[in-house]
Amino acid sequence: MSSSEYVLEMRNISKNFPGVKALDDVTLKVAPGTVHAIVGENGAGKSTLMKCVFGLYTADDGEVILNGQPVSFASTKQALDAGIAMIQQELLPVLQRSVMENFWLGRFPEKNYGIIKIVDEKKMYADCKAVFDDLRLNIDPATKVFNLSASKIQSMEIAQAVSHHSKVIIMDEPTSSLTENEVEHLFTIIRKLKDQGIAIVYISHRIEEIFEISDEVTIMRDGKCVGTYPTKQLTPEFVIKQMVGRTLTNMFPPRENTPDGVVLKVENLTSVTEHSFRDITFDVKKGEIFGIGGLVGAQRSELVEALFGLRSVKSGTVSIDGKKVVITSPIQAKQYKMALLTEERRATGIFPVLSVLDNTIMASIGRYVHKSGLLDEKTGRRDAGKIIDTLRVKTPSLATLIENLSGGNQQKVIVARWLLTQPDILILDEPTRGIDVGTKYEIYSIIADLAKKGKTIIMISSEMPELIGMSDRIMVMCEGRVTGILDGKEATQERIMTLATQLM
Amino acid sequence: MKNPASTSWSKRINARSIREFATKNAIILVLAALVLVIGIVKNGFLTPDNLVNIMRISSVRLIIALGAAGVLISGGVDLSAGRTVGLAAVVAASLAQRPDYASKIFPNLPYMWVIVPILAGIAAGLLVGIINGLAIAYLKVPPFIATLGTMVIVWGAASLYVDRPPLGAQPIGGLRTDFTNLGTGSVGFMPTIILIALIVYCIYWVMLNKTQLGKNIYAIGGNLNAAIVSGVNVKKNLVTLYAIAGMLYGLGGVLLSARSGGATNNYGQSYELDAIAASVIGGVSNMGGIGTVAGVLTGVLIFEVLNNGLVVLGISAYWQQVVKGVIIVAAVAVDIRKYSKKR
Repeated sequence: MSSSEYVLEMRNISKNFPGVKALDDVTLKVAPGTVHAIVGENGAGKSTLMKCVFGLYTADDGEVILNGQPVSFASTKQALDAGIAMIQQELLPVLQRSVMENFWLGRFPEKNYGIIKIVDEKKMYADCKAVFDDLRLNIDPATKVFNLSASKIQSMEIAQAVSHHSKVIIMDEPTSSLTENEVEHLFTIIRKLKDQGIAIVYISHRIEEIFEISDEVTIMRDGKCVGTYPTKQLTPEFVIKQMVGRTLTNMFPPRENTPDGVVLKVENLTSVTEHSFRDITFDVKKGEIFGIGGLVGAQRSELVEALFGLRSVKSGTVSIDGKKVVITSPIQAKQYKMALLTEERRATGIFPVLSVLDNTIMASIGRYVHKSGLLDEKTGRRDAGKIIDTLRVKTPSLATLIENLSGGNQQKVIVARWLLTQPDILILDEPTRGIDVGTKYEIYSIIADLAKKGKTIIMISSEMPELIGMSDRIMVMCEGRVTGILDGKEATQERIMTLATQLM
Repeated sequence: MKNPASTSWSKRINARSIREFATKNAIILVLAALVLVIGIVKNGFLTPDNLVNIMRISSVRLIIALGAAGVLISGGVDLSAGRTVGLAAVVAASLAQRPDYASKIFPNLPYMWVIVPILAGIAAGLLVGIINGLAIAYLKVPPFIATLGTMVIVWGAASLYVDRPPLGAQPIGGLRTDFTNLGTGSVGFMPTIILIALIVYCIYWVMLNKTQLGKNIYAIGGNLNAAIVSGVNVKKNLVTLYAIAGMLYGLGGVLLSARSGGATNNYGQSYELDAIAASVIGGVSNMGGIGTVAGVLTGVLIFEVLNNGLVVLGISAYWQQVVKGVIIVAAVAVDIRKYSKKR
């Protein structure tokens, strides 16, 4: 193979995270002047693969070849200098500063005045404007970034990549926060870059877009490369099948729950935020495991956070046991015997510097106040110890700081925290995220057991086998709306994926 | 669950265990070293009189630092502490002047039980604390800004309070002995002021460790969002916390005026910085969620031993400032190793 055929080659890349094989022998070849799409489910390893190129991760195995030269970047700066740029999924500009300051951040042009160097603002403005004009972007380089829409910020970052003279631009889910018109504009820019000979690596799970913009598609699943195909030879059905095509083995415990009688009823619930959830209607029965599926950006977390009083709704009603309720804070949600295990364990779950004991009793601490006003520590410790044992949390003692436990055990502690509140309705947002396979099974068993005892479970999951394996019914959301509610027994990964991408 | 604590006690003493002990107790070792070194160099330092004197001064500082430390643990900061001490001092002093004293703030001041000026001083602090708490919890003003504002307001209020035309702002003197006894008297062998500080210390320890409020404060400072999700009533807890802190500053002001036998509107100036410094020296995290009352006590003692020791050693007032500043940064740099080595 000649070195001029591909601008970027990744050969036999492997990457391990503690307990997870994130990438397993992945090979990718990208030709200049093409759009190469990488598709796969959440967690398939798409972003991880490209972060290995961009110097954010270092691959454990395999080689990266750029323009025929083997490379290994220790930092993103090295990658940028070598001609690779990546537009991250979560854009992180400095909002309070101007467009051009963000544009030149880390490489401000300077003028020398003897020993003093002064940042050359005129040059910053002019060069920035030139790049914008070339891409036909209508952005004033002097405006503050917080004045820009998500789409404009993204365009700014793409222009920034171009200004690095990048030969490869990686875009990670670039359309996740864009409207339809903005997507069209993005595609116009991408085609223009393509004409200039720049290779675009386009990470997405939106099937339609892939067919519109890409020349080649690499499909990934479970950290492995399923195959690379010219887009013209593909059909959406084939891509979806390849994306999800794994077989379910005995990964889930048997369920003996019997759903009966509606407990929670949600009607036409609509968020105050635009582009968030709207017109959500569903009901959940006592003893039911109700799965919520969808892709990143489907507004599932936003929906359950609204149910729990963490977000505001514009209209719609929520009823518990046939009575209409208005919940505007977690304090109220707890009074209605609801519990919420949030998605971001570090951000909204654990108290890292506190003990396992304190982490466990924090949501039900009011119950352990003695008549004297002091805490009844003995009872608290006894109850916490009991539930920690039941959930088989591996911790040296109750006094251990929670940050010293593994992710899976931290998760179990937070499950314990909520079980201690004796809830009737348990909402679990990605309960097994970042947890190793063995602990996953234990958490599934806990969930199945709770449902058997008549608790109502609402479970958001981005892992389709988990949804299908655990749920009595599955509600699928797309772009903030319900696109279907499937019976757990009839649900297939293909049907869920079709519903999850229906409105895109 | 296994219990490694039982095995760790039986571990033999070796170089590693000594290093671990030193890292864990660095601050106490620093205090011990300070006392020893100054004591060896200077004869007058380790006398009972001087040590009791240090503890008297530390008593007021401890009470104030406990209030400030609680706020730090909640993830906030209270800059109004010092000026609140000053306000409470002038309020209490103005109500505790001898009936026969010539230039009284209130010329017609009747004779009142001694508890009245004490409670008035504490109430003044409570008021400031409640205002802080409401501004922070309900108006969402960041603690740094909210308490910066009250700091300035309270200084103005204290100055207005002592500003009596035609004489203008004046020191308040001629305090009753039953009032000043709080600061200079004794109960048996025990100096009253130290006794009061000990009682406050114990109550505060119980509050932080044994009550719902205390647990919630650690949680709010440790992860505010997780506290909200867990259904902690963050607003109520914060208002209560700042109110308690205000009462402690108030008590500190009362004791300060009792100990010195008077008060001016400049009492308590920059005490908030000393309180914050003592807290962080004692291992309270300015990021919130971490800190113990024992640590605060150690921090205060280090600070006051230094203050006293540097004077005893005859070091110039200017150099004292430099040394204190270095100690603050160095102590925290040492203490932070306890937490940072894990990452």
